[in-house]
Amino acid sequence: MSALRPMLQRALLASLLATPLAPAAAQAPLSAEGCYGCHGPGGTGAGGIPAIAGRAAAELRAQMLAFRANERPGTIMGRIARGYTDAEIAAMAEHFAQIRR
Amino acid sequence: MQTLTRRAALGAALLAPLAAPRAVNAQGGTAAQARLVVIGGGFGGASAASFARRRFPWMEVTLVEPKTRFVTCPYGNLVIGGTKRIDDISHGYDGLRARGVRVVHDWASGIDANARTVRLAGGQTLTYDRLILSPGIALRWGAVEGYDEAASEVMPHAWVPGDGAQTALLRRQLEAMPDGGVVGIAIPGNPFRCPPGPYERISMIASYLKRHKPRSKILALDAKDAFSKQGLFQDAWAELYPGLIEWVPANRDGRVVRVDARERVLETEFGEKHKVAVANVIPPQSAARIAIEAGLADNSGWVPVNPVTFESRAAPGIHVVGDANIPGPMPKSGYIANSTAKQAVASAAASLRGEAPPTALYYNTCYSHVGDEYGISVVGIFRPNADGTAIVEVPNSGGVSPRGNLPEQRRLEAIYADAWYDSITRDMFA
Repeated sequence: MSALRPMLQRALLASLLATPLAPAAAQAPLSAEGCYGCHGPGGTGAGGIPAIAGRAAAELRAQMLAFRANERPGTIMGRIARGYTDAEIAAMAEHFAQIRR
Repeated sequence: MQTLTRRAALGAALLAPLAAPRAVNAQGGTAAQARLVVIGGGFGGASAASFARRRFPWMEVTLVEPKTRFVTCPYGNLVIGGTKRIDDISHGYDGLRARGVRVVHDWASGIDANARTVRLAGGQTLTYDRLILSPGIALRWGAVEGYDEAASEVMPHAWVPGDGAQTALLRRQLEAMPDGGVVGIAIPGNPFRCPPGPYERISMIASYLKRHKPRSKILALDAKDAFSKQGLFQDAWAELYPGLIEWVPANRDGRVVRVDARERVLETEFGEKHKVAVANVIPPQSAARIAIEAGLADNSGWVPVNPVTFESRAAPGIHVVGDANIPGPMPKSGYIANSTAKQAVASAAASLRGEAPPTALYYNTCYSHVGDEYGISVVGIFRPNADGTAIVEVPNSGGVSPRGNLPEQRRLEAIYADAWYDSITRDMFA
């Protein structure tokens, strides 16, 4: 009995970690899903396009706002950032920050 | 007694995550009744199937696609120009199977919207709770007189890749053409699949000709007077391929109305006959036949849809995404198909749960390769309007790459284009 309980607890923990409940990337706000087509699935990066996953939410948000305000030069992100609202940018930043690369 | 209860509780907790999650739908049914059928395994369909399994694992997803390997339209122009091979742009369906999508390699031969069934050519009937229809385009044979399916074996369109044969054919013809030949390209009026596509094709052929057959020319005969990213394309052509490309708009007799496949002649509206060495005819298009036969298309030949859920106006519960629909101001692009497919699936899932569809945002970035290390882009971000009656572009957003002498911008956008291709095909197929 005393050996069984820790074993059950470890097994329970393992099964919870392996749960088929959706991981964070699958619960992205729909506005964040649009980023995947360039920034890679889950925003983990692709070729010459940088990863946005795992970066600090405050930094991602500040970058998008800077692009949107034309304060940060870029090849394309300014044109993109100007399509999103404050709330969407904040939600996307929070989402990508919590994804492990 | 308490120990037994605690052990039993731990045991139950162990078992619970192993059971399939059950969702109760609006009809009071369980996950087993949340059947999503997806017709078409391209940019719209593959995106829909992958997203559905990832986000709504309680939905059973069946994907119907006749091809076992999907050859993308995007980057087909690079195969035509000789910098990529067909294998580089071909994708299989094992990734979707690994996500739990049931992939059926067959043709969908008919839809019964009342019974909510799809009949397959092989005889099977699939029952759906919600249908995502992303069948692509049909080429309107005969809309250009003399341009029928037989003619396309001599004058390829390479606008519906299929198994890649058309793309490979056009490439072979270019390789076989002697130096000094004229490559003729007939470009249709709006709307058609991929607005900048013909002009990227011109660019990639020009790049090949300049390097390998520099006395050759391209004659682009256009049914339109203007085109997507025109300023950028023409700046690049003047810089990279001076004297190689002649673009003739409709108002200078550019519209091709008749072809003679055997003689390789493209005849324009006012009777001018252009004999060419290689002819690429991109004919007028419509929604794929299955959409038309299901009664979903209007007189234009394209499918009107709800701006928020993408349900066909003619049939609730059937979401039509990709090139087959009428997208308002949005282009017929792969990224739009990918973006709207996700909204369609989320809307279908919401309706199965008796919920309102999510707030929509539709997203497009379209890159074009114009030359070596020379890429350009157009961005468009769209939303339904306030009362959900139309799709509108978000004000002050999007737009094309800046014009001017910007070699680093062009080099970066060519790099980003490649990364886009990798990203989006992983989003669809991995």
